[in-house]
Amino acid sequence: MTFPWLSLLGLLPLLGALVLALPVRGAARPIGLAFSLTTLVLAAVVTVLYQGGTDLSERLPWIPAFGAYWALGLDGMGLAMVLLTAVLTPIVLIAEWNITGKGRWNAQAYFAMVLALQGTALLTFLAGDVLLFYVFFEATLIPMYFLIGGFGGEHRRAAALKFLMFNLVGGFILLAAVIGLFATSASLGGTPSYLLTDLAGLAIPTDTARWLMVGFLIAFIIKAPMVPVHTWLPFAAEQATPGSSTLMVGILDKIGTFAMIKFCIGLFPEASAWVAPFMIVLALISIIYGAAAAIASKNLLRLVSYTSVSHFGFMVLGIYIFTTQSINGTIFFMVNHGFSTAALFLAVGFLIKRRGSADISDFGGVEKVTPVLAGSVLLAVLSAISLPGMSTFVSEFLVIAGTWSREPGVAAVAALGIVLAATYGLLMYQRTMTGPVTEATATHFTRDLDVRERGVLIPIIGLILVFGFLPAPLVNLVEPTAKATMQRMQVADPVAPAKGEK
Amino acid sequence: MMPLEIVDPVAATGLFSYAWLMIALPALGAFVLLAFGRFVEKSGPYLAVATITGSFVIAVALFVQLLGSPVEDRAVGVHLYTWFATGSWQIDVGLLVDQLSILFALLITGVGGLIHVYSLGYMAHDERKRRFFGYLNLFVAAMLTLVLADNYLVLFVGWEGVGLASYLLIGFWQHKPSAAAAAKKAFVMNRVGDLGMVLAISTMLAQFGSSAFVDVNHGAANLAGPWPMVIGLLLLLGACGKSAQVPLQAWLLDAMEGPTPVSALIHAATMVTAGVYLVVRSHAIFDLSPEARLAVVIVGTVTLLAGAWIGCSKDDIKKVLAGSTMSQIGYMMLAAGIGPAGYAFAIFHLLTHGAFKANMFLGAGSVMHGMNDDVDMRHYGGLWKYLPLTFWTFACGYLAIIGFPLTSGYFSKDHIIEAAFGQSALVGSLALLGAGVTAFYMTRLMLMTFGGGKRWLDGVHPHESPAVMTVPLVVLAVLSIGAGAVMNWWIQDWLEPAAGNHPHEVELLPTPIGWLTLLVVAAGIAIGWLVFGRKPVPSVAPAGNAITVAGRNELYGNAVNNTLVVQPVLALSSATVTNDAKGIDGFVHLFTTAIAGFSVEGRKAQTGYVRSYAVTMVLGVLVVGAVLILGLAA
Repeated sequence: MTFPWLSLLGLLPLLGALVLALPVRGAARPIGLAFSLTTLVLAAVVTVLYQGGTDLSERLPWIPAFGAYWALGLDGMGLAMVLLTAVLTPIVLIAEWNITGKGRWNAQAYFAMVLALQGTALLTFLAGDVLLFYVFFEATLIPMYFLIGGFGGEHRRAAALKFLMFNLVGGFILLAAVIGLFATSASLGGTPSYLLTDLAGLAIPTDTARWLMVGFLIAFIIKAPMVPVHTWLPFAAEQATPGSSTLMVGILDKIGTFAMIKFCIGLFPEASAWVAPFMIVLALISIIYGAAAAIASKNLLRLVSYTSVSHFGFMVLGIYIFTTQSINGTIFFMVNHGFSTAALFLAVGFLIKRRGSADISDFGGVEKVTPVLAGSVLLAVLSAISLPGMSTFVSEFLVIAGTWSREPGVAAVAALGIVLAATYGLLMYQRTMTGPVTEATATHFTRDLDVRERGVLIPIIGLILVFGFLPAPLVNLVEPTAKATMQRMQVADPVAPAKGEK
Repeated sequence: MMPLEIVDPVAATGLFSYAWLMIALPALGAFVLLAFGRFVEKSGPYLAVATITGSFVIAVALFVQLLGSPVEDRAVGVHLYTWFATGSWQIDVGLLVDQLSILFALLITGVGGLIHVYSLGYMAHDERKRRFFGYLNLFVAAMLTLVLADNYLVLFVGWEGVGLASYLLIGFWQHKPSAAAAAKKAFVMNRVGDLGMVLAISTMLAQFGSSAFVDVNHGAANLAGPWPMVIGLLLLLGACGKSAQVPLQAWLLDAMEGPTPVSALIHAATMVTAGVYLVVRSHAIFDLSPEARLAVVIVGTVTLLAGAWIGCSKDDIKKVLAGSTMSQIGYMMLAAGIGPAGYAFAIFHLLTHGAFKANMFLGAGSVMHGMNDDVDMRHYGGLWKYLPLTFWTFACGYLAIIGFPLTSGYFSKDHIIEAAFGQSALVGSLALLGAGVTAFYMTRLMLMTFGGGKRWLDGVHPHESPAVMTVPLVVLAVLSIGAGAVMNWWIQDWLEPAAGNHPHEVELLPTPIGWLTLLVVAAGIAIGWLVFGRKPVPSVAPAGNAITVAGRNELYGNAVNNTLVVQPVLALSSATVTNDAKGIDGFVHLFTTAIAGFSVEGRKAQTGYVRSYAVTMVLGVLVVGAVLILGLAA
């Protein structure tokens, strides 16, 4: 075995969180940032090694009686999510640099929790063993719970509890399925194993596979979140700080779609094909419902979280329509949506910070007094509504076009989402940024974005634009995962019937 | 119908390899002006003029080269890079410089350049003019991307890019709620059209495995069943949004909230004609589907009448011109829908219209400049004496749009009316009627603005605009008069390889229908003079008859949209939010309360302190972990 790069990558932020548990006093924030930046460098190293063809996978026995291993590994999708996590974490830390809370909920605690979340999320994305995945999947809830419950709005504890309840329900069902998988593995394979590679080779009886798959899927549907089990998200996002919401929606929720591809399809292809019609309908409902709810939202943070419900609908649709293009679009969307939602949450966060309110009706005429802030919000909105030139466009288009090649009717309904998106995005901009400068705006918006705030937004928006015009590196990175998923499903892309001769 | 010969572009060499600079220059200009605001506050506007001038010079140079090339080398492909590739799809970013796109490039950079110069004067006193010029440059870059792209998906980048620029510029004076609302409305209605575009491109990828023009052209003949019609209708939906054609017309009149140079450039000369470009560019698809072509003809005919109707009844000079723009684009759509016989005429009229309508919009801007930004023609009157240069240049535009013999509009519109009669007597008669109504409302505009007695408000002192504004007017006036005669005997042959070959069915000089058209136009002028020229125009609008009232209300387009679309969407939106709060969460709370009922004892543990929850959770995790590791290792 070579150097354990992946273990180091996942454990470094956790080490950072432990260091921040020590009484480091004033140095907490620089230390936290240093850990997240080192993790980013490490992720870059891992990327270079991966692209160079190095086998980075690690495997150590963990609980032999269960056949559980400390197994970490990477594929295109995994690396994409690792990079997303590694990039967003330092940006969130800088964005929340001046965070304060009551009592022991200070900046040090916040930075520690963010690092803990980063570490557990990274390990979730890296895990190649189902039990290991489950442990980290649940472990992410702990720092997230404290991030919501410790820092934010008046009802943050209730929001944190709601977040935990929904996710634990999913988690318990997942646990049952994980245990069921152990029994299946033991009875079919002789020696039990939780390794994904071993489990994928099992010929699980159809009915068993379907039951187990449903157990996995429910947890991921709640996580993703899809209508009707999404209501924890708007509440949590409304109460949490914008930085916490960025991590929650940008990274944590991606575990849902990530795991649908990696585990539901990876372990149970037949059952996934069986459940696909249901998932497609659910995805369409999420797309339309989320966008419609965003239009009616009166609170900026709720609005942003509803846009995510709609976008997760697109991602799920891309998976279960089973074309290379749509799956590639989905995985690419997972990255883009992370950036886009971060830009939106953080830019809106800078607005709310100044105004001291997240109610849309409390704003008006902001563009006139703080044009750079307004311009940043507009760019974030444009990325959320998938304007061509933004990376989100490429991914959303791939999902729609891929869907059309198999089910034109489904694609037509999904595409309504792009009209609704323009409505919620620009309606929000109109209500908050345009019109005459209100008295409250004149009082509260006395300074435009400062250097730190620009430093937060410029990299994210820059990445969105760069990948909008040059998406090929990321599209190529995730293409093997899309192809492998298609192979696993034993489905081929529809052929183009009217291809002409040149 | 005979399948058309497909022209494959030749690879770019020499100057053509630098065609991308046409787009890159204004794009760079926009970036510098918008991102480095403070450093270019003063110089920015001039930088913007410089970049578009550069693009114009390149366009002229390429045009001259094409003129000198043999016919088969007049379509040049410039491959830039691969945008992305997945599965069997590969989307390349490339440019196609051919007979069609180069004319657009000349129009966009030429008329666009004049409007940039004009804006130096028009926006001189606006404190945010640096931003204005940044947006203008952004628009030019996007519009050039739209017409130069060699792939529908790349075209779509320009397509939504111009939509963004249009949004930013309509709402440029965003402190006015009406401007902000108009901007949003324009973007959202365009998105409805863009839905059609997205699905049309999706269909191309599904059917041809590619959205490149060459692949679509080569594969079109293999399309089976309803697919040519489906693609055609979806493209038409996109065209309706961008070109403000019925039923997606309602945004254009509101778009007049933007500064007048914007109305001239985006909402008259260039962007709104993109739908016509799209149909002509996609002729390989439309040639295969009579149904789709018929739909284009119907949309064009209905819009040309609706726009003219609105133009007759508005008192706001810009809205009259906007109604007129709708109407004239209706003519172009009608021509494009006729098929091979009409494509070249659609483009011909598009080009002459670009000149004479930009001329008149800028003229209207010059009038407003002299009238304290008042747009109500009922407050004008007798201005010919006070704004002589504006009057004479405007008059050139007037002659062109009504089709006065030998002016540019005379050539281009007559051909369309004649081709329309070739399609059917009904469509031809309606197009003829439109020509009469056009003459009527334009005569009305001229008489109300420049003729009659003064109806000025207090404190208004009309004055001619500075040279930086009038020189572009003069150039456009010359084009309004002369461009038609220059192109009339040339453009059909020139466009033939790009827009489809066909026998020349339409005479280029007056025929009986041409004479009839002149008669109808004369009648329109006469009625206009009878109503508005003989007696003083009231300075307050009279109640008007039902026809006028309907026109003033834009034929109730907004009411229809509100009832059929906006209200249902808003109702659905509130329903979802209510359902979240009452339905889903109501159920969840019931469920949790029920559980809580069983656990009265457990309530003592609920201290409400997050830290005690934290400790409990950490303990729980430790216990579970210990069980897992110890118990099972044994």
